[in-house]
Amino acid sequence: MDHNSVGKITPQTFRFACAQAPMTLVSGHTMGPVDIVFETYGEPNADRSNAILICHALSGDHHAAGYHDPHDRRNGWWDAMIGPGKAFNTDRYWVICSNIIGGCNGSTGPCSVNPATGEPYGLDFPVVTIGDMVYAQRQLIEHLRIPRLFCIAGGSMGGFQVLEWALRYPDMVRAAICIASAPRLSAQAIAFNAVGRSAITRDPEWKEGKYGGRGPEKGLATARMVGHITYLSQIVLDAKFGRRLQSADRFSFNFASEFAIESYLNHKGSAFTRRFDANSYLYITKAMDYFDISRSYGPLKEAFERVTARCLFVSYSTDWLFTTSQTKEMVRAMLSNGQPASFVEIDSEYGHDAFLVEEEKLTRIISGFLTGADQGVTA
Amino acid sequence: MNSQYVDRLSLTDRDVILTLVPEGVSVLDLGCGDCSLLRELADKRRVRGTGVDIDGRQLADGLALGFNVYQGDLDAGLADFSNRAYDYVICNQTLQVVKDPQLVLNEVLRIGRYGIVGFPNFAQWQLRRGLFFGGRAPKSPALPFEWYDTPNIRVLSIRDFFDYCRQRNIRIVEERYLIAGRWMKRHPMRMANVLSHIGLFVITLQA
Repeated sequence: MDHNSVGKITPQTFRFACAQAPMTLVSGHTMGPVDIVFETYGEPNADRSNAILICHALSGDHHAAGYHDPHDRRNGWWDAMIGPGKAFNTDRYWVICSNIIGGCNGSTGPCSVNPATGEPYGLDFPVVTIGDMVYAQRQLIEHLRIPRLFCIAGGSMGGFQVLEWALRYPDMVRAAICIASAPRLSAQAIAFNAVGRSAITRDPEWKEGKYGGRGPEKGLATARMVGHITYLSQIVLDAKFGRRLQSADRFSFNFASEFAIESYLNHKGSAFTRRFDANSYLYITKAMDYFDISRSYGPLKEAFERVTARCLFVSYSTDWLFTTSQTKEMVRAMLSNGQPASFVEIDSEYGHDAFLVEEEKLTRIISGFLTGADQGVTA
Repeated sequence: MNSQYVDRLSLTDRDVILTLVPEGVSVLDLGCGDCSLLRELADKRRVRGTGVDIDGRQLADGLALGFNVYQGDLDAGLADFSNRAYDYVICNQTLQVVKDPQLVLNEVLRIGRYGIVGFPNFAQWQLRRGLFFGGRAPKSPALPFEWYDTPNIRVLSIRDFFDYCRQRNIRIVEERYLIAGRWMKRHPMRMANVLSHIGLFVITLQA
C-alpha cells in the first residue's frame, strides 16, 4: 500500500432541508430532504481554519482519495494529489470532498427516492444548477462548523463550483484554485453535451427517465464515448492509438469494433454504465450548460469585483474543451480590478484530461500556491 | 547576458535595482524566474509584486513566496494587464532576448508609471576592439557567448537606447552604468557608450 495514502475512508452522509422547510433551487423549484455524501481526509485544526473543499467534475464523486476496501482496484479519483506530503497535504490541511446534488453516488439526485411518491425521482427531479450544488455544499460546510474555507479547488466542472463559491460566498473562501475551467461553456462544449444527452434520450430503454434496472446503457455509453473524445487531444490519441487495429493487421471489412481507438472508447463507454446513472448525466451536463458567470453576476470584470479570495487559474496547453483563452478571460478580469490572481498554463499533451493525469506538474504549482496563501503574504 | 559576471560583482544589477525602487510601490517583474528579485524587493523595499515569466516551472517558487504570478510570453504582449496597473515594471536583461523589444517597451510604459530597463551595451570598447581587430562577433567577460549559442538576439548600445527614447518621447529619469566593475551614476552618454558593460535605466513617458 502507498505509504502516503490517506488510507481506508468511510463516506458519511449529511441531510438538510425537509418537506416542510425545503431547499429552494435557482429554478424556483423546491426539494427536501437533501442528502450529501462526503469524505474527509486529515484532521481539522482547533479553529477549523485549515479546511480545503475539493469539487469534483462531471463523472467524479466524493471519493477523492484513499480506498473504501483494501481490495478496491482503484483509489479515489485525485489520490495522487490528496494525502500526507501531497499537493493537498493532509498532515496540514483538512480536506473535504462531497458528491454534488444531481449526482448518482449517494447525494440526492434523479435516482434518489422522491419522498412525495416513494418512487425514484426520474425526470420529476428538479433541474439543478452549479449554484444549487454550491448552496448544498455550503450547508455541509456549515454543518462541519467551518467558519471559512482555507481553500477551494476543482477542475473542469469542479472549477465551475470553485468560481461559484468565490462569487456567491466571497467571505467563505480565502483561496481558490480553478483548474482547466472557464467562465462558461463554449458553444462547442454545449454541442458535445447535447449529443451525449441525445444519445441517452433516444435510447428506447430511457423511457422518459422512468427506467428500472439497467436503463439506457447504450445511450449512456455513447454519451461517454463522445465525452472521452473531448477530454483528449489529437496528439495523445495519435500517440496512444494511432491507426492501429486492435487485434488484427488486416481490415475485416465489416462494422465490428476494429481500430484500437474504437475498442478503447467502447470499453470506456460500457465501463461508465456500470458506475453512472443516465438521468444524472442529463442533469449534470445541463447544469454545466447553464453555468455562465456573466448571466448570473454581470460582465466578468464587474462580476469578479465581489471576489475576495486569492485565485490561482491553471490551464493546459492542449485542452480544447476548456481553453487557455477562456481561463485568461477571468485572469484579465481580476487583474484589471487589481485583484490577486495568478495564472499558469501547464504544458501537456493530454488535453482536458491533463488535470487528472499530469499530477507532478500540478503538485508543484498547487503546493507553491497553498504555501504562499498560508503565509498570508499580501503580495 | 552572462549573469555570472554580474553576480561576482560586489554590487549586482539587482542591488542597483533595489536602490532605484522606492518603498512600498507596486512592481511587475518581467522575466521574474523564481521571483528572487521580487522577494528582495518585498523584504527590503516592502513592494507588492507580481512576476511574469514564460517558464511555468519556476513560477511555483514565486507562488510559494506569496507572489501573484502570470505565465506569459513577452513577445505576445501583456494585454491581460491594464494601463498603469503598477508603479514600476522591471525588464532587466530581457530586452535583448525578445523578438519584439519595441512591443515589450511599449507594454512596460503602458502598464507601469515607470519602467526599469537593463541591458548589455554592445558598443563597449572590448566588443568594438574584438570586432575591429579580431573581425569576430562581439565577445567580452560580460558577453561570453558564441554567435550560435547566444540568447541575445537583439544587439543595442547605450547610444541606440538614447536615440530610441528621444524618438518616442521617453524620458530617462535615472541611469546607472557598469564600468570596470563599478556602478556609475550620470556618466556622459558618449563615455558610457564606450566604457559600460551594462546600462540600467529608469524611464517614463514624457508628460
